[in-house]
This record gives sequence, C-alpha cells and structure tokens, in this order.
Amino acid sequence: MGLADITFYLFAVTVVLSGLLVVVSRSPVHSVLWLILAFLSSAGMFVLLGAEFVAMLLVIVYVGAVAVLFLFVVMMLDVDFAGLKAEMAKYIPLAGLIGVILLMQFAMVYGTWQFSDGYETRLNSPTPDLTQIQNTAALGQLVYDKYILLFQAAGLILLVAMIGAIVLTLRHRVDVKRQDPLAQMFRDPAKAMELKDVKPGQGL
Amino acid sequence: MIGLEHYLIVAATLFVIGIFGIFLNRKNVIIILMSIELMLLAVNINLVAFSSFLGDLTGQVFTLFVLTVAAAEAAIGLAILVCFFRTRGTIAVEDVSNMKG
Repeated sequence: MGLADITFYLFAVTVVLSGLLVVVSRSPVHSVLWLILAFLSSAGMFVLLGAEFVAMLLVIVYVGAVAVLFLFVVMMLDVDFAGLKAEMAKYIPLAGLIGVILLMQFAMVYGTWQFSDGYETRLNSPTPDLTQIQNTAALGQLVYDKYILLFQAAGLILLVAMIGAIVLTLRHRVDVKRQDPLAQMFRDPAKAMELKDVKPGQGL
Repeated sequence: MIGLEHYLIVAATLFVIGIFGIFLNRKNVIIILMSIELMLLAVNINLVAFSSFLGDLTGQVFTLFVLTVAAAEAAIGLAILVCFFRTRGTIAVEDVSNMKG
C-alpha cells in the first residue's frame, strides 16, 4: 500500500465519519464544525484525483462561505435545540431502514455497472495533457468557451439568490430611531432659529 | 491501488448518510439543510471521480455548477429560516404547514 493509498483511506474515513457525526451530533454548532471537516477532507480527495481547482473552490466556497453562514445562523437564532433532538430516537428505525434500502440499491447498481466499449472516443471534452497545461487553465478554457452560457446562468443564479436573501431578511423596524436624510436636506435655515425679545421679569 | 470504485463507495456512503440525516432530524431544518449539503458533496465526489478516471473535464465543470447551486440554495434556505424564526419563534418543520400558502 503506497502513500497515496494511505492518504485516500485517511480522507475517505474522515469524510464518512464526520458526515455521520453531522447528522447525529447533539449540538448544531458541533454539526457545522463536523461539516467543515467533511468538506476539507473531501477537498483532499479532490486533490488526490487531480482536480486542484475544484478542491480549492470547495475550501473557499463551502468552508469559507456556506459553513460560516450556517454557523452564523445557528448562533444567531435562539432555538431550543434540545427539544428538537428529543424525538430523534423515534425516527432511527425508519431512517435506518431507508438508508439500508438505498445502500442496497447502490450496491446493485455498482455491482452490474461497467464502462461501455470504446468510451475513449466518445468523450465530450477530453482532459488535455497535464504536462502542457494545468488543471485550472484547462478548466478555464472549457468554462469560458464551451460552457459560457451555463457559466453566465450560474452567475445569474447567484445574483437572484443574493437579491432573494436580502429581500427575505430585510425588515423595517419601527422601534428604532433613524436619520431622515431628505428632511435634513430640505430644512430651511431661515426657519431653523427664531429670535425672541424677552422682557425682563417676564417669561415667554 | 485506488480505483474508481473506492471513490464511488465513499460517495454512496455519504449520500446515504445525507438521506439518513434528513429522516433522523425531521424537526430541525438546519440539520436538514446540512444533510442536503452532504448529499450534494457526494454528487460532487462522483462527478470528479468519473471526470478523473475517464479523462474528461466535463465532470469538473459540472461540479462548479453544482457548487454554485448549492451555495445559492444554502443562502436562500437560511434566509427563509431566519424569516420563519422571526415570525414564529421556532424552526420546527411541523409548524410550516400552518402557513397554508
């Protein structure tokens, strides 16, 4: 067993174990931390597969953005998580049954599946020689050329998601004092101050 | 020697764990969203493994798009969750049926 094999098994076991701990762990904060570990070790597996760009993207997007978003929401919401966890034992038989059935289906598919003959000639976009061009550059040439429409659509999806998230969470709080810039701009200096001639001994 | 099957087994296990998590945490929407992320990660592992062993870069391109959609989905899902928590004070999934459109 070479070093690459040992590394693969290390990453694979870490991914599966931390994935399991995400769903069974008591506190959601721990779940998010296990999720981060799962993402990091699957990024390691991607590096082993020679997909460096996707691996780094996984670290940046998932660990840097999505997991932190989860952590932020878990800590911001004041939820009684113990109450939500209380009925977990009730669902274990059903969840286990569905998991085992799904696993058996996967085993059946993987047991009979094989590559068709001559698939090498029918590849959609064969990987260029990696001694000539890096993974990132090859991916960029594909994304910006052949898949440019899908790439633009992905950008549009992100824009819509951003606007949607802002619109959903934006609220106008009435119990907060805030500035009114228009009222400040349109105020008349002449009316702002008034001089009164107060006679001695008398009030206004 | 590590072959394609090893990666497929890891991805299948991760996918089943995601499904398992959805059924196990029927009340907690945050864990359900995390389980969906796990399932998308399993799909990504499948795509990258096939891309690497077939010598076809298309799989990695589609991993990028799955990643984009997963990020957008997490953002929207958590925004809806925050919205729901503000109005109802809980994140239990059963209460969502009270909305009735």
